[in-house]
Amino acid sequence: MAVGVKVVNRPGSLSQQMFLPAIAEGLGVTFRHFMKNFFGNVTGRRAKTDIATIEYPEEKKPYPERFRGLHRLMLRDDGQVRCVACMMCPTVCPAHCITIVAEEAPDGKIEKRPKIFEIDELRCVVCGLCAEACPCDAIRMDSSEHAHPTYRRVDAILDKEELMSRGTTSTAVQGGVGSFWREKVTKAPQTPPSGDVAPHGPPGGPTPIASADRK
Amino acid sequence: MSTFDYGGTGFQAIEAIVKILFMVLGFLMPLASILTWLERRQSAMMQDRLGPKRAFIPLPRGKRLYLWGILHFVADALKFIKKEDYVPSKAHKFLFMWAPIMSMAPALIVAAIIPFGAPLCWGESQQVVGYDNACSHPVGLQIARLDIGLLFYFAISSLSVYGATLAGWASHNKWAMMGGLRASSQMMSYEVTMGMAVLGAFLVYGTLEPGAIVEQQSHILSFSNWGSSWGIFMQPLGFILFLTAAIAETKRTPFDIPEGEPEIIGYFVEYSGMRFGLFFLGEFLEIVTSSAIMVSLFFGGWHWGKAIDSFLAEFFTAHIPNINLYFFVITKGFLFSLFTIFLWSIKIFVFCMFQLLIRWSLPRFRSDQLLRLGWQRLLPISIANVVVTAIVILVAQSWSR
Repeated sequence: MAVGVKVVNRPGSLSQQMFLPAIAEGLGVTFRHFMKNFFGNVTGRRAKTDIATIEYPEEKKPYPERFRGLHRLMLRDDGQVRCVACMMCPTVCPAHCITIVAEEAPDGKIEKRPKIFEIDELRCVVCGLCAEACPCDAIRMDSSEHAHPTYRRVDAILDKEELMSRGTTSTAVQGGVGSFWREKVTKAPQTPPSGDVAPHGPPGGPTPIASADRK
Repeated sequence: MSTFDYGGTGFQAIEAIVKILFMVLGFLMPLASILTWLERRQSAMMQDRLGPKRAFIPLPRGKRLYLWGILHFVADALKFIKKEDYVPSKAHKFLFMWAPIMSMAPALIVAAIIPFGAPLCWGESQQVVGYDNACSHPVGLQIARLDIGLLFYFAISSLSVYGATLAGWASHNKWAMMGGLRASSQMMSYEVTMGMAVLGAFLVYGTLEPGAIVEQQSHILSFSNWGSSWGIFMQPLGFILFLTAAIAETKRTPFDIPEGEPEIIGYFVEYSGMRFGLFFLGEFLEIVTSSAIMVSLFFGGWHWGKAIDSFLAEFFTAHIPNINLYFFVITKGFLFSLFTIFLWSIKIFVFCMFQLLIRWSLPRFRSDQLLRLGWQRLLPISIANVVVTAIVILVAQSWSR
């Protein structure tokens, strides 16, 4: 007996063979549950019962805060799409559900914008990589909405307007800080250190992400 | 005396028809139908769920009558009726069509011998018929007062095995066949135990007629006259054996080998629509009738003990007036009898709930365990019970003589 084997001698004792004590015990357990749930339900004190049912159309279980849900495309201050058609999201997408066709933007500073931006929500695996890859906060997955049920598969493919209808203006700086971000960051007014320890980690050291993660 | 006068042939025929209609349409079928819903609701509560509660009748002005979901059995019946009545192409058509009825009908037929209330006083307007039968011509609340009584119960209820077996055979399906065979072996094994368990009660009360047995159990527990106590105190072991065998006869979960959802689906695997519904309803009818037999044999029928019975009889004599409709006088005795029907049905209801509780609490037996339990445990115990009961009664009789 290499593995730990417990030898059970059957039949067991007389009381075990009679079944009756065990049956009475089992009936007691189920009866207790029944009485508690029944009277709690009848007297309207659902909270005190053990009932785990959520009566769906009337009651809904709140989603967790970080539930992703359907995509949305964020907007600029003037209501145009923030996306610059950089193709980061279709590249990173493991399910190949994002289709982008770029065109020239009338605004010379931005150069590109999506002519077609379609996401097939049936193929999407809701991994959130597209939102992570996006450099300009254009695509987000924080709508907390399910993919809507449709009668045709075509209807599950969301186009640019549909995705933008869910979007809002983003607070991120359009176009980022730019290639001279080091200068801009050092020029930015810093809070004077109060005491020896800086509020955001050790002074002058590299980013403390690794050590924070380890915690 | 004309035919339709009190006590005449026509009167007796009408009386019997009224009692049959009450028993079948007024008690058995409604209770069995409601049990189909109650089982789901009760088991849900036992498992921390809510159960079906959504069926409703739309009322005017957009209101809905829910009644806690009781109407689910109506919805189920409508669904069953609307479904296709499918017959497999190689099935034996005739037997396939008749098997569900053959498995349901015995449960309705055995209800004929069940006493369901105190005898009714028809002619006399003043008296209350209590436990002491003060009425000169009582109308017994029992459809048929047969002297063979319980033997009739065994004879008819053992016919329901034909329903299961023929359903399995006629379906032309191997799994159904297995289920039918298992049903026959199981029901035959447990009928023996059931008969032996009843034999004990027969020895104690000296009759096989359920009405007479109920009449004797007028006290809950009497120390001066043992024979008038409830059967549960005279035959506790007999009650447990009968309960076990009765649950096995209904083919429900601790003994659901013939159905065996995890393995062979069962003898009704090919059935759909209302024919399946008849098997389903038949199971619940068997629960009700076996509960009624148990109540009659071991729990005093409509009796709730001498104190409560005599209190009720005096209460009805003293405080309830005769209700004078212009064509007919509803007497105190009449109302008292109707009230005893209510008291009786409380007991039946509790027993049905108890059987549902058992069905949703216990795990199922394996086939070999089931037969071993039936033949090697319950049968010897029930025979020993009969022998010991006979010896005790013999000793007690010679002692008192």
